Amino acid sequence: MINIPLEHALVVASLLFMIGLAGTLIRKNLIYILLSVEIMLNAAGFAFVVAGAHWMQADGQVMFIFILTMAAAEVSVGLALILRIYHNLKTMNADEVSNIKPD
Amino acid sequence: MTIAFYIASGIAVLSSLMVISRKNAFSALLYMIISLLSVAVIFFILGSPFVAALEVIIYAGAIMVLFVFVTMMLNLGEEAEKQENTWLHPRTWIGPSILAIILGILSLMIITSAQSGFLSGSEIGPKEVGIALYGKYIIGVELAAMLITAGILGAYHLGKRKNTVMHRYLQDTEGGNL
Repeated sequence: MINIPLEHALVVASLLFMIGLAGTLIRKNLIYILLSVEIMLNAAGFAFVVAGAHWMQADGQVMFIFILTMAAAEVSVGLALILRIYHNLKTMNADEVSNIKPD
Repeated sequence: MTIAFYIASGIAVLSSLMVISRKNAFSALLYMIISLLSVAVIFFILGSPFVAALEVIIYAGAIMVLFVFVTMMLNLGEEAEKQENTWLHPRTWIGPSILAIILGILSLMIITSAQSGFLSGSEIGPKEVGIALYGKYIIGVELAAMLITAGILGAYHLGKRKNTVMHRYLQDTEGGNL
């Protein structure tokens, strides 16, 4: 049996979320931006599981499974978009993508 | 077990920091896998073994393999690291990092201001999770199925290659390849 204050687990979750947010803001490479979004999603799911463990209910874990599903769909579409952008623009720079103009 | 929680939390935070600061994409991906595995250890300690297994199987196993696969397909080598050196200038990252740190301090203050209980780590197994998932959350499962279908179709559409015509006589008159 463990005896951990709830705040400590939530602090870890918010630290992970802030790291992911900072990564999204500071990187220019599209792959790193997608990875940082994954860190943020994982931190949100972590907070859900901690809350579920606190109230001893299964709902937190169910919500984590939904977040996992959403992350899988998001990553597949995001990586396909990254491949397409690299194919067309030959760069991974997120700033270059804003130069795309409609025909 | 309590000390294992703090060790795993430290590893998770440190390896996440390494993910956003690496210049080589592969070392960033490997640090991300370490971060996910340590989060899985925390889930196991908190008494959620089913979710810990899902974290290892789906996050570290499937999603990260997708990332590794795409990174290998793009085959970014030495010049990508040189580009990262110019992109990752202190002038670009210092401002957002300070703002993220301020936001983090604020959220820490909010979390620690309220006194709330302890985590006992009593186990909630796959049985309870399954009953909740296919009982009162069945509409969420159906919506997730729709989301996955849309994701598959979107990934197929975006990943589909126009077939490149090698010879100019065979080239379509109105269609150029992309």
